[in-house]
Amino acid sequence: MKGLWMGTGSTNPKLASLKNFFRLLAICHTAIPDVDEETGKISYEAESPDEAAFVIAAREIGFEFYKRTQTSVAVREYDPKTGRKVERVYTVLNVLEFNSARKRMSVIVRNEEGKLLLLCKGADSVMFERLAKSSRGFEEETKNHVNDYADSGLRTLILAYRELDEEEYKIFNHKFTEAKNSVNADREALIDDMAEKVERNLILLGATAVEDKLQEGVPACIDKLAQAGIKMWVLTGDKMETAINIGFSCCLLRQGMKQIIINLETPDILSLEKTGNKDAIAKASKDSVLRQITDGKALITGPSGTAETFALIIDGKSLAYALEDDMKHLLLELAMSCASVICCRSSPKQKALVTRLVKSGTKKTTLAIGDGANDVGMLQEADIGVGISGVEGMQAAMASDVAIAQFRYLERLLFVHGHWCYRRLSSMICYFFYKNIAFGFSIWLYEAYTSFSAQSVYNDWFLSFYNVFFTALPVAALGIFEQDVSAASCLKYPLLYQEGMKNLLFGWRRVLHWLGNGFYTAIVVFFFCSTALQHQAFNPDGKTVGMDVLGGTMYTCIVWAVNLQMAMTVCYFTKIQRGLIIYCLCMLYLFFLAFGSLSPSMSTTAYKLFAEALAPAASYWFTVIFVIIAALLPFFAYSAIETRFFPMYHQMIQRLESGRHDDDPEYCDMMRQKLLQPPTSVGFSARLAARANKLRRKNKNQNQPQYS
Amino acid sequence: MSSHTASSSNVGNGSGDSGVPKRNSKRPKYSKFTQQELPACKPILTPRWVVSTFMLIAIVFIPIGIACLIGSRDVVEVVERYETKCIPVLNRTNKVQFIQSDADKTCTISMTIPKRMKQPIYVYYQLDNFYQNHRRYVKSRSDEQLKSVSKENDTSACKPEDIANGRGAIVPCGLIAWSLFNDTYSFSRQNQSLTVNKKGIAWKSDKQKRFGKNVFPKNFQGGGLVGGATLNESIPLNEQEDLMVWMRTAALPTFRKLYGKIEVDLEEKEVINVTLMNYYNTYSFNGKKKLVLSTTSWIGGRNDFLGIAYLTVGMISFALSMGFTIVYFVKPRRLGDPTFLSWNRGPGSN
Repeated sequence: MKGLWMGTGSTNPKLASLKNFFRLLAICHTAIPDVDEETGKISYEAESPDEAAFVIAAREIGFEFYKRTQTSVAVREYDPKTGRKVERVYTVLNVLEFNSARKRMSVIVRNEEGKLLLLCKGADSVMFERLAKSSRGFEEETKNHVNDYADSGLRTLILAYRELDEEEYKIFNHKFTEAKNSVNADREALIDDMAEKVERNLILLGATAVEDKLQEGVPACIDKLAQAGIKMWVLTGDKMETAINIGFSCCLLRQGMKQIIINLETPDILSLEKTGNKDAIAKASKDSVLRQITDGKALITGPSGTAETFALIIDGKSLAYALEDDMKHLLLELAMSCASVICCRSSPKQKALVTRLVKSGTKKTTLAIGDGANDVGMLQEADIGVGISGVEGMQAAMASDVAIAQFRYLERLLFVHGHWCYRRLSSMICYFFYKNIAFGFSIWLYEAYTSFSAQSVYNDWFLSFYNVFFTALPVAALGIFEQDVSAASCLKYPLLYQEGMKNLLFGWRRVLHWLGNGFYTAIVVFFFCSTALQHQAFNPDGKTVGMDVLGGTMYTCIVWAVNLQMAMTVCYFTKIQRGLIIYCLCMLYLFFLAFGSLSPSMSTTAYKLFAEALAPAASYWFTVIFVIIAALLPFFAYSAIETRFFPMYHQMIQRLESGRHDDDPEYCDMMRQKLLQPPTSVGFSARLAARANKLRRKNKNQNQPQYS
Repeated sequence: MSSHTASSSNVGNGSGDSGVPKRNSKRPKYSKFTQQELPACKPILTPRWVVSTFMLIAIVFIPIGIACLIGSRDVVEVVERYETKCIPVLNRTNKVQFIQSDADKTCTISMTIPKRMKQPIYVYYQLDNFYQNHRRYVKSRSDEQLKSVSKENDTSACKPEDIANGRGAIVPCGLIAWSLFNDTYSFSRQNQSLTVNKKGIAWKSDKQKRFGKNVFPKNFQGGGLVGGATLNESIPLNEQEDLMVWMRTAALPTFRKLYGKIEVDLEEKEVINVTLMNYYNTYSFNGKKKLVLSTTSWIGGRNDFLGIAYLTVGMISFALSMGFTIVYFVKPRRLGDPTFLSWNRGPGSN
């Protein structure tokens, strides 16, 4: 393919332009070639994937950039006349670097013939105005093409060049070096100023378009996130057209969604900008943004507002005004009532500010996900920052709380690991409250019968080892292994994620339930034990109950009750979990025996307690069995009623997962329907639903005349 | 975002299962533990489970309850409160003064046996409002001292009953021993006295280990104020069973302690005369004193609580299992009611 495009000889009239076009792509960049020594293949290290794409494109066409030195760029050019490759070296004199204000970059090179060339590529908004009057041959055509490209979601750049004469360059170089060497605060401005002066009267070469391909699985992931009730805001540096296009391709926007677009491209502001009166521009811009926001709100609250879904698209310039203190709440209100929000052309700082606005304005949990260095601010501002480690470097991944390799893994991160984590933490913390209240409150209740003298009914070592040996490990295992529903179901039913967003598992209600359960257990254990083992003989030998016997019995009850409570709480009973619960209960008796066989001055009240007093007494065993069941029965009944009549989301899924539908098939069908029909306003399922609705409405309208 | 990552991940997925290390992958080694895929059983509360659990509890608990109740009702118990009775009528206005005086404190009470009592009949004294579980009291003992002669001076925990004035350590020291109960009872029926066996009322472990066999009481009640009983200084501690029983502190302010055993049967309607020495001062804290005669059954003494509690819980479980059967299988639920979804109950945001 190399070179064939040029045609034979010089028959193609645009040949020179074409050659210059690709030459520019091969020269005007900051990429570094990396030659594989074995195969001779060249790969490129570039600042951005776009730049790499340009250099690769030029290479494929026949302009192979293969070497960069401090001062030069070497290119193998295909010469259509001879059909051979010619190695040409361009001396790089100056690089006028890219920045977001300039939106372009240029290099000044001297070719082998000694000609000075300024090669420039940049955004269409800044390039067209820099073209020479004389060289606008195909400007209109190019503009149309560029608009088309942008419409289909491509990133466009305009390429142009200009020849410099020696005199002009000498003056420029002098001043430019001076500017570069200055140490003033306005050094940047000086440099930009100098570059501005030389980058004019350019000759248009053409335009490029790079497809910013979405990663695999992005629309599906976004659809799932939407089903889970997560609101998504897109904060991008792309220009509005591209951003909207990406919005369409990832299903955040769809046909039939009303777009509220806020920008400052209105003619009066543009004309004001030409005058250069900064105060006037600022004032007019601000008024304009305010007006657009209020108009948008009026639209939403208006008569047709409830039936439609809205999308807010706002550009960086307007965002700068909208984020000011007096206006940001208006913006937030408007944005909250839109189904999707896209902020385009936003700077890293604006991304962070928007994140902060959402975080502090709605008091909701925010998650920011991004892959570029310009997302770092936002990642750090959000409650959770998720970095995507990839071609755009590691900055985002390093600044994030969680790094993943692809966007679509966010789905698994949130729905599986996020849900499990939430479940585990909340169960674990609630259980900790429960078991310590059960134990502590039983001590306190006994205290009331010792005229609050701080005498504990339990032996001192029982007190110490409660949280060490007898109850610690099962709850740790709960925190590691617990899975209320399987990973597959977590992904299948995104609505499950709502449990976390609504804080159903760790809300006050839930925590108070567990606290109440703890108090209940303590009350049952203390009062039932002390009533059952009152002052009467507790064994056939006529021995009465002392503090040791009552303490030992209560302790047995508490340890059993909290461990069995654990067994009832766990949804995912691994062998480890089971083993640890059994271990704790065995430890109790082993401890009773081992500690009881130490000398009486060590074990004090526990001396031979279990072996001599408790174990042979029927009343001990029957009291323990009764108290344990009585302590757990209300929880069991509560769970049974909740699971059946007020099932939480995970309980429904568990029921479906278990595959036991034979009990009540209708009930299971009902649950399945509920689980699979989450209402969404964005994502491709929403798009399908909207389309279906539209058809239905159309049919209805057609049918109506027949009925009336 | 770029296509590069997407294509490389396909390679990654492919090489995972083949086992041939095609590229330098950072993929961690697969294990069920790290991948959170441990086999597990997932118990869920299906109607069948719930109903059968409640039913099982009912089936197990009701017979146990009946057995416990029978066991408790088999016990014959006679309780006689005497702390006021045993103060002469004239002295009842100031009981504390009477009990602290040297007056004769002999007192005779009679108890009627309601039902035949088979031997052994246990004799208890019961004290009310006596906080044997108070921390200061419970800690005021020295297990070291009780066990061996060499640790005789190990009395730091026993203050103020640690050292007799100028005569060395008190054995056994501390408030518990000091306050040893000292009312005595002697029983007779039809003028024929009944022997009370005071052996075998303490725990074996106390006799063998906790109380030393060559530790003898010393300077007991010699610390100024006299608390309760005195001990025979020629009998080693491990044979002082009253002391051992007393030293097992009670859990609650109302408690009984074993006094002895009567080893003959007592017939129904027999009247037992008790001559008691009312020495122990419970009057200064309004404590009650009771004398209890009781037999035991397999479950111990008389206490209906456990039986009733088992029966109650058994019944409740039965009722619940019936209730759940009805609501599960008769289906009063309206099918497809979305208001049962937890988030449809509150104001939803999305």
